[in-house]
Amino acid sequence: MSGLSPGFHGRGRALVDRLPPGQYPTESFPVLSIGPTPRVTTDHWAFTLTTETGSRRSWTWEEMMALPQERPVADIHCVTRWSKFDTRWQGVSLDVLLEEAETAADFVVAESFDGYTTNLPLEDVTDGKAWLAHSFDGYPLAPDHGGPARLVVPHLYFWKSAKWIKGLRLTVQDEPGFWETAGYHNYGDPWREQRHWNDA
Amino acid sequence: MPSPPSGASAWRTARLLSREPQISTGRTLRFTVPDWPGHLAGQHVDVRLTADDGYQAVRSYSLAAPAEGDTVELGVQAAPDGEVSPYLADVLPIGAEVEIQGPLGGWFIWTPRDAGPLLLFAGGCGIVPLMAMLRARRAAGSAEPCTLLYSARSPDEVWYARELADPGPAEEIRLIYTRQAPPGDPRTTGRVGAQDLAGLPEPGSARCYVCGPTGFVEHVADLLQTAGHPRELIRTERFG
Repeated sequence: MSGLSPGFHGRGRALVDRLPPGQYPTESFPVLSIGPTPRVTTDHWAFTLTTETGSRRSWTWEEMMALPQERPVADIHCVTRWSKFDTRWQGVSLDVLLEEAETAADFVVAESFDGYTTNLPLEDVTDGKAWLAHSFDGYPLAPDHGGPARLVVPHLYFWKSAKWIKGLRLTVQDEPGFWETAGYHNYGDPWREQRHWNDA
Repeated sequence: MPSPPSGASAWRTARLLSREPQISTGRTLRFTVPDWPGHLAGQHVDVRLTADDGYQAVRSYSLAAPAEGDTVELGVQAAPDGEVSPYLADVLPIGAEVEIQGPLGGWFIWTPRDAGPLLLFAGGCGIVPLMAMLRARRAAGSAEPCTLLYSARSPDEVWYARELADPGPAEEIRLIYTRQAPPGDPRTTGRVGAQDLAGLPEPGSARCYVCGPTGFVEHVADLLQTAGHPRELIRTERFG
């Protein structure tokens, strides 16, 4: 690669084993969203799980907070190339929310209060891989970071971790969401650098 | 929604053609990118640098203008302690190469086919993708009204100052100074407020694009919604 970027030395080689390809570490917590931040209050909040047959189960804020709580610590990776190490969340494992659902679906669509959607394979949000998170660093999740509650799926690019989530819809067919229909990869594995449609 | 051009994921070699100062920390960089597929106003690119030992670093930069053949224009603000932006802003020699991938982004875009008044809200270097929209609009000879509201700390922090001093037809430029205004500016310095939005096109007809630091974007998006602009017509892009 000689001849490229003369005089560029860079830094960050020390973190290379925790950093997926093409990412850089950040200490800050950048905000990315497609429009205005929706203001959702917890007394009007509900999380609804809808199965492929149309049956629904909803939790109010109080009911959700009464469920078993977990405190995952995870590295997160944004497709805009920042990664943040050891982020500390509190919330409910999606395993708890999906426990009693009777479904033959293989996919879910996460739906947000602002109309945003993102799709994931069901197996990527079960077995301790995803949370409905309401706190970050010990404090209630701020509105610009998705509060009162967001999805957190650390092993995929962070656009899959829908902010302001209001529900999950189980689907038999995979239904590409907002960014997945706008040029971004359908699955989004940071370690395989699946950013855009044409990435393997 | 437009599809990204095929080949958007390919890395292309880009040769630095020129560098022009905009503000003390901001530069216009023009690159020649063979076989550039073209792009839409508001899109960005990823720029990849490679050190002698093969170490690579990638960052995203907004395209500041419609493409001219194989030439693309980026706006680069040198971030304090940044790994990539100070190098691009001040070190990369003219004629040297980086790699560019793109164009990227299919949401924060505007094309002359998008009917209705256009409202652009820029905070600091958030002007860059909005300048691409303004320039695309000028190039298309659009007759729809357009207002650019541009918040800058002081007059020497204004990018594209000469170009903005000469508004095109049906175009209005509102400069909002937050810390220091030029002599004679009737507005008291301070962040953008509801009064700065007076006289804009009716909510419901205008497409609003807001770009800048998170605090600016949150604040302006709230002001717009309070003024009655429907959230479906407000698109945002944030830096930092």
